[in-house]
This record gives sequence, structure tokens and C-alpha cells, in this order.
Amino acid sequence: MKTSVSIKAAAIGGIALLALTSCAANEGGTAETTDAASSLSGSLVGVGASSMGAAQEAWIAGFQTANPDTTVNYDPAGSGAGRETFQQGGSNFAGSDRAFKVDEITAGPFEACAADSGIIELPIYVSPIAVIFNLDGVDSIDLDAATIAKIFRGEITNWNDPAIAEQNQGLELPDLTINPVHRSDESGTTENFVEYLSAAAGDVWTDEVSGDWPTALGGEAAQGTSGVVDTVTNGVGTIGYADASRAEGLGTVAVKVGEEYVPYSPEAAAAVVDASPMASETEERGAGDLAIVLDRATDASGVYPIVLVSYAIACETYADPAGVDLVKGYLNYIASEEGQAVAQESAGNAPISDTLREKVVAAIDLIS
Amino acid sequence: MTSTAPPLRAKARIGDVVFSRTALFAGGMILVTLAAVAIFLIVQSVPAFFATGETASILPSNFWAYVWPLVFGTIWAAFLALLIALPISIGIALFISHYAPRKLAQTLGYIVDLLAAVPSVVFGLWGIGVLAPAVQPIYSWMVDNLGWIPFFAGPVSGTGRTILTAAVVLAVMILPIITAMCREVFLQTPVLHEEAALALGATRWEMIRMAVLPFGRSGIVSAAMLGLGRALGETMAVAMVLSATGLVSLKLLTSENPSTIAANIALSFPEAYGDNVNVLIGTGLILFIVTFLVNAVARWVVNRRAEFSGAN
Amino acid sequence: MSTIDVRPAPAGSTLAGNRLPRYAVWVVLAASLGLGLALFALLAAAAESEFNLVGALVVGAILYLVASTGLTAAVEGQRQAKDRFVTGLVTSAFVIAMVPLFSVAITVIGNGLARFDLEFFTSSMRNVTGEGGGALHAMIGTLLITLAATIISVPLGLFTSIYLVEYGKGRFAKMITFLVDVMTGIPSIVAGLFAYALFALIFGPGVRMGIIGAIALSVLMIPVVVRSSEEMLRLVPNELREASYALGVPKWLTIAKVVLPTAIAGITTGIMLSISRVIGETAPLLITAEFTASMNYNLFQDRMQSLPVYVYTQFANQGNPAFAFLERAWAAALVLILIVMLLNLLARLIARYFSPKTGR
Repeated sequence: MKTSVSIKAAAIGGIALLALTSCAANEGGTAETTDAASSLSGSLVGVGASSMGAAQEAWIAGFQTANPDTTVNYDPAGSGAGRETFQQGGSNFAGSDRAFKVDEITAGPFEACAADSGIIELPIYVSPIAVIFNLDGVDSIDLDAATIAKIFRGEITNWNDPAIAEQNQGLELPDLTINPVHRSDESGTTENFVEYLSAAAGDVWTDEVSGDWPTALGGEAAQGTSGVVDTVTNGVGTIGYADASRAEGLGTVAVKVGEEYVPYSPEAAAAVVDASPMASETEERGAGDLAIVLDRATDASGVYPIVLVSYAIACETYADPAGVDLVKGYLNYIASEEGQAVAQESAGNAPISDTLREKVVAAIDLIS
Repeated sequence: MTSTAPPLRAKARIGDVVFSRTALFAGGMILVTLAAVAIFLIVQSVPAFFATGETASILPSNFWAYVWPLVFGTIWAAFLALLIALPISIGIALFISHYAPRKLAQTLGYIVDLLAAVPSVVFGLWGIGVLAPAVQPIYSWMVDNLGWIPFFAGPVSGTGRTILTAAVVLAVMILPIITAMCREVFLQTPVLHEEAALALGATRWEMIRMAVLPFGRSGIVSAAMLGLGRALGETMAVAMVLSATGLVSLKLLTSENPSTIAANIALSFPEAYGDNVNVLIGTGLILFIVTFLVNAVARWVVNRRAEFSGAN
Repeated sequence: MSTIDVRPAPAGSTLAGNRLPRYAVWVVLAASLGLGLALFALLAAAAESEFNLVGALVVGAILYLVASTGLTAAVEGQRQAKDRFVTGLVTSAFVIAMVPLFSVAITVIGNGLARFDLEFFTSSMRNVTGEGGGALHAMIGTLLITLAATIISVPLGLFTSIYLVEYGKGRFAKMITFLVDVMTGIPSIVAGLFAYALFALIFGPGVRMGIIGAIALSVLMIPVVVRSSEEMLRLVPNELREASYALGVPKWLTIAKVVLPTAIAGITTGIMLSISRVIGETAPLLITAEFTASMNYNLFQDRMQSLPVYVYTQFANQGNPAFAFLERAWAAALVLILIVMLLNLLARLIARYFSPKTGR
């Protein structure tokens, strides 16, 4: 019995030793020079869209390196969850693929904000949504909106269908069933994609625009952006839609705009955002509410219309003043040139233009 | 008549009282814990039963319309898993107890138990990364050639993430449980019965059919029910492998499959808020009731033969 | 007087000695497998497609079953044929069970070794956006949460088993036994929901703490601890207890100083097996302690990462480049399996070498 007791003691000792000495090698460093920014401390919780998950990770990394006493946690649980959690007061800021609608804002409640406070909505993540597919040896296919809509509705079922073939002369299309893949969870990516189909091919796409894929349409369901990309990658003859930052290695669709076929690129996506009007031009919105109404049926040249604008949503006046500095610091970092460049490296989004940045910074200043 | 002296009573020592009370308390805590699980789940689910599509964004119309496809999917997936696993488990148990060389039997049993040590997340990774792509060509072939059978009707899933694949992964996970229990039961067969059969000239299979299987019948039943209970509650493997569209369908090879209660909770809970949380806890309550009943019946069947069954 | 039917001796009657030679089965097996391989090789050559090894083996196995049964029926008789057929079936069942085991093992080891490096074990995911990073925060989280769950469940479970063995007689004890058995069947996600509901009542919705996960895990651990400790305590011979009573030792001292030390090896085994069971549970931790990228040493504050949830989130929330996330997921899966196997092995070794020799 003494042996087993001493073995146990040794084991416990070993574990304690391990726990005490296991500081992560990447977390210990406080060798950064001290400057005004690193006086920030505390922790921040944001919940929202999974499409800007990679960008948020890059922003968190950059911000936490510059301010080692802070911890920012971003939970990529989806735009719907992000908006709801923010409304229930469970997070400091939200990430959403669409801005709040005016009646949602008036109905409220916004538990994290002081009574009578407005909300700040900042478009800080602009990314093209790529229509991805998996066909051996084919990197790019030209399709117009009506064809894309028919494919996802299950009305076109084979890759060598004449509707596809006539837009792609000279491309060898196999006799393979098309497997459309969509999101199983409520998603802003879905909403933006469906909005495009509805605006550009309204006679084919007759379902209402929402974050939930219409259940009547068939096709394979996958969870999250990763799920869609994995399913398309591992499947045969699959086609889906996902944030372009995850489209490496898969074939993508060049979309018909006007008379030409435009492949996705950050520049083409940014072009569509700059050309679109602000929502406050036509609706009653607060001073810090920079929601944009995207013009998806555009036929301007060199513009990629399937684009996703993600917003960071915060309170104008927080009910709890602690942590306001941290929120402002983080949002300012996201909107800065450095922040947008860092995100572009890992997420492939289009950095916001300088005019847009001015408006965003002005809105952040309103936070208190 | 003098009355007898009152019996001597031992002094109640403090240590004894403390110790026995602690033990009794611990036993009572089991009762309290189970009751607490039931009560908390019920309390948190009650708002869900009255919620509508307006109050809880996750519901299509009302709670029962939401739960019904999930319940169907749970039972259907678990039933398929049991259908696949039970014959194989009985075969393995027979192999280890009656066919394998004696020296190897324990090692072989340990190897099969290794399957139980693999966490369900790893089975999920394996299912979606290895199994689904591997079986997709088989599904294609089946839909093309056997598509006239309603279960195998198309359109075939392009990725192999169907309810049949999920059922296969579940079957692999419940295999060690059923095998271990069946093995114990088969080893408990009275040796005299076996030897009597052999002495009368029975072949090995006839001996098993006459002596081992009838004896172990209730053990097999309870093992099957325990496996079923485990399959009903399995979460991560199904969550990662299945392409779930919420449809109630009996087709095994398409990409439109009902989800299971546990997988649905795991996928939706992190992003749920407000009344949606209550709805999910409500589905969890239903799962708890179903698995409780299945396990209770299984244990009752075992306890009836308690004097023979050493398996627990 | 009715005539007595004399049944002709069946072909290949065993009493008459018609038997296949012992090597016959192996010859038939080799022949059918060879035939299956040859068939598929021809198919592959003709259709210019890949050689389907699995198909070849399956067809070979079916050929073997048919050939051996037929051959046995012709030479030895119907009953022997059935026996041989069942032997073939039972062996195939075992082989079928080995396939997923080896497949999982090969996949996990093959994919997990890519990131099985020092960085993986010494860094967390804080500030890591692509390649690099590690799972230290997940390992510490698993350690802390499992430790807390053990601290909660072991005393409760041990004392319950002491009650069941030493004190309990009658209906209450029977009910406790029955409920413990039923508790082994609680789905892990329900345990997680219960723990969450309990804390949500006190702290409000949206609460996420490591300790909630620990409580969920202890609900799953307690029945295993109770069952195995009970078995071990029952194994202690009554003579030991009675000798102790005869010497005037009070009951509680008997249990503490005689019964428990005798059974301690088995109890330790049971505890280690219960730990290995819950260490791989993802679902309850996913909804209670959730996940984070940074180290967290505090069970009572904020989210905490754990190994199985780390595997799941690396897989489900991939970023750029995707392969880095998958590699980390597989490496963490490998670490998890190694820990579980190690615990299992240790438990069995302790049981073998330290348990009292009861001549079983």
C-alpha cells in the first residue's frame, strides 16, 4: 500500500509542477515598449458573424500584441446570435452581416446601452462572397445570375446543361450531377447571397430574403463557413457559396455584370461599396449609424456585386462606463489602415476606403 | 416472574455516527442529483412549451412542430445503428468467448475495448474526413442500381454525409459496449450445459445455439438496450458528420436528413439566446426522458436475471 | 406391425469418418481471396480504374463463405457445413470490427504527427491567426476541469459505494443502486444542459465558467465511480471485517483502515477509468465552459478551453490557411487519444499488480 501512496504522491506532484510552470510561451512577453495605447486593460467579449472570423482573429492578435493587458474574445456564432446576444446585454459589441433594421432599433431592447442611447453601426469588413465549386481541372466558370439561381433551386441538375455550356464555350464540362451546398445555420452570408439573387434574378428567385436557407429547396446543408468549404472540397460536383477568404484552392464563378463576367477580387468588391448610398439618406437613422444599402443589380463595369458588408455594432452610450475605453480602442484599431491591412493578409477582405474610414472614426468618437 | 434485564446497548461512538451519516448523505445525493436534473430541465423547458415562432426565433411555428423531426431523427439514427451493431457485436462476443484461442481471448477483448476509449470528437473527425468520402462511391452505385427500393432512392448525396454514414459511426461507437456485455453473459453460461451438448455430438454452432444463446437471451436484450441508450444520446459524431436539413425522411442516401436532438443542441446552443435556450433545453428534457426509460427497462431486465448476470 | 424406416446413412456421416483435412479450410480461404484479388485486378485493368482493394477482399470473403460451406456440405454433412459457415461469419464479424479501429488509429496518428512538436505543447492560441500556435491552454483547461470534477465526484461516489456495501440494506439501497445504473445512461449533453440551467438560475443567462463544465462532468463520473468502487468493496473478504470487529475496532475505523486499504488498488483503477471516460467529453464542455484562445487558470471566471472542444473548434471554425487548423485539430486529437489510452493502461496495470490476490 505504501507503494501506491507514493506513486500517487509523485503523480500529484508532477501534475502540480506542470501546472505551475506551464505559462504559454507566447503569452509571457511584456517586452513591448510602453506607450499610451497599452494602458488599456480588461476583457472584451464580442459575438457575431463567422464570415469575419478570420479578420477578427487578426485584429485581436494585433490589438492584444499592442495592448498586452487586454483580452478580446470573439465568438463566431453567427450574425443572428451576435445581434441577439448584443441586445440581451451578453456582449460588448456585435459583429453582424447586416445592419439592424429601423423597426428593430426602435423596438429594442438594447440591454448593454443606456436608456435612450442610439447604436453605432460601423461597416468595417467588406468581403466578396465567392460562389465556389469542385470540378476536376476547372478553375473558373462564367455564369449569370439567373443560371446561378436555377442551380441553387435545383432546376439545373447537371454540369453539362446547355444553359451553363453556352456561357462557357470552349470549356469541357463533365456529365456530373450538381450538388448544391448551403448553410444549415442562420447566416448573414446566406442573406447577402440571397439578396443578390433576388435583386439580379428576381423572376427566378422568388423566395423571401432571410438568413435561413429556404427549406423547400433541396441540397446539402453544412454548418458554418468552414462546413460549406469542407463539404464542397470533399464532395463531388458540389457548388456552394462562402466568404471569399476561404476560397483558396477551389474553383470560383465569374459573375455576369452588364455584358462582362467579373471574377471576385477585393478591388471589385470595394468598388460596389463605394458606389452604394448610405441608409441614412432614405431612413431615420442615428448619427453614428453608418448602414449602407448595397446596389446589387448594378451593371457598372469591373464591379463584383455579390459582396458582404459586415458591421461592428456598439452602443452610443454604454450603461456600464467601465470598458468603454477598451471598446473605442479596439474599434479604432479595426478601422485604422494598419488594422485593415492586417485583416487583408489573413482574411482577404477589401480594405475600406479613406472616405469611409473618416466617417467610421467620427462615429466611434460618439461612443461614451 | 422477574422481567429479564434490559439488553445491553453498545455505546454509539461519534466516529460511527458521523461516518454512517456521511455515507447515507452521499447515497441520498445520488437521489437528489437525479431529481435535480429532472427538475431543472423541466423548469427551464416550461417557457418553451408555450413559445411560438414570434417569441423564439428558432421555432417554425410551435415547439412540437420543431421537436417532432428531431425525435424522429434521433430514434431513426439510433435504430439503424443498433441494427448494424447488434449482429456484429454478438458475433464478436461469440468469437472471443468460444472461438478464439484461450490465450488470446483477453487480449482480443482488450483490443475491442480500445474502440470505447476513442473520444466521440475523434470519431466525428474520422467520419467526416475518412468514412464519408470512402462510402460516397458506394452510395452512388446503390442509388443507381438499387434506387427502386424506397430507402435507397436518390438524389444521392455528393459528399456521403447521410444518415446511414452517421448510423455507421454510431454503430462503431456502441459496438464495444454491447460486445463487452454480451461477452460477460456468454462466459457465464454453465460449463456443464455446454459440455453436455458437446458430449451428445453437437457441433460448436449447435452447442452455442442450444446452450449459450438461450441462456444469454436476456443479457443480449439488455446489452442491446444499453447500446441503444448510448446511441440515442451521442452528440459530437452526429453533429460533425450529418448534413441535417430538418426533413422527416426515410431515405438513407440523400443529403436531406433529420437531425438528432443531441446534435441539434450542440450545434445551436452556442448561438442561442433568450427563449431559444429554453426551446433547446426542452428538447434536452425529451431526450432525457427517452434515454431514462430505455436504460431503466434495460437495467430491470438485467436485474431479473441478477443471480446469473455478473455484468454491470 | 408397421415397418421401421431405416434411414440411409447421410452422405459424409461423421461416425463413418468423412472429414476434410485440417488444412482444407486454409486452402479454400487462400484460393477465394486470391480469386477475389485476381477478379478485381482484371476489372481494374479492363476499365482502367483504380484497383479496389476493399472490394476484392469483400468478394474474396463471400467466395470463401460459399466455397467452404459447399465443400463441407459435400464432404462432411449439413450440420458441419452450418458450423463452418457460422465460424466464418463470426470471424468476419471480428475482422469487421477491427477495420474502423485500425482506420481511426492510422488516420489520427498519420494526421496528428504533423504538429506534434514543442510549439504545440508550449503555446496557446492567443494572437495566433494562421499557422503556429498550440494547445497548451486546452491541456491546462482539461486538467483543471477534470481535476475539479474528480474532486467533486470521488468523495461522493466513494461514500455512496461504502453506504451500499457496508450500511445499506433494504429498499433505499436497492433504489440507489437502480438509480446509479440509470445515471450511467444520461446523455452527456443533458448533463451539460443541467449544469448550465443550474448556474443560469443563479447568475443569469450567458454565464460561462470552467466550474460549470466540471459539475456537468461529475454528473457523468459519479455513477462509474460508484459502480466500480462497489464491486471492489464487495471483493474484500468478510473474514477481514469480522476479524477487525472481533478485535473491538469500531465499524467506521474498520472501513477506513481495513476495508478501504485492501480495496484501494481497485478503487484507484475505477477512478482512473472514470476519468478516462469523461476526459474526452466534448458536448457538455462546449455548452458550459465554451472556448477561448488564451490561457485561463481560473475555474470561476470566464470561458476555458479544453482539449476535446479545442479539436472541435479548430475543425469547425477554420480560418486561413485551412490546413493549419486541421493539423492542429488532428494533433490535439492524437494527444487526447494518447492521454485516454495511457489512463486506461495505467488503470489496468494498477489493477493487475496491486490488487489483493483473491484467487479468482
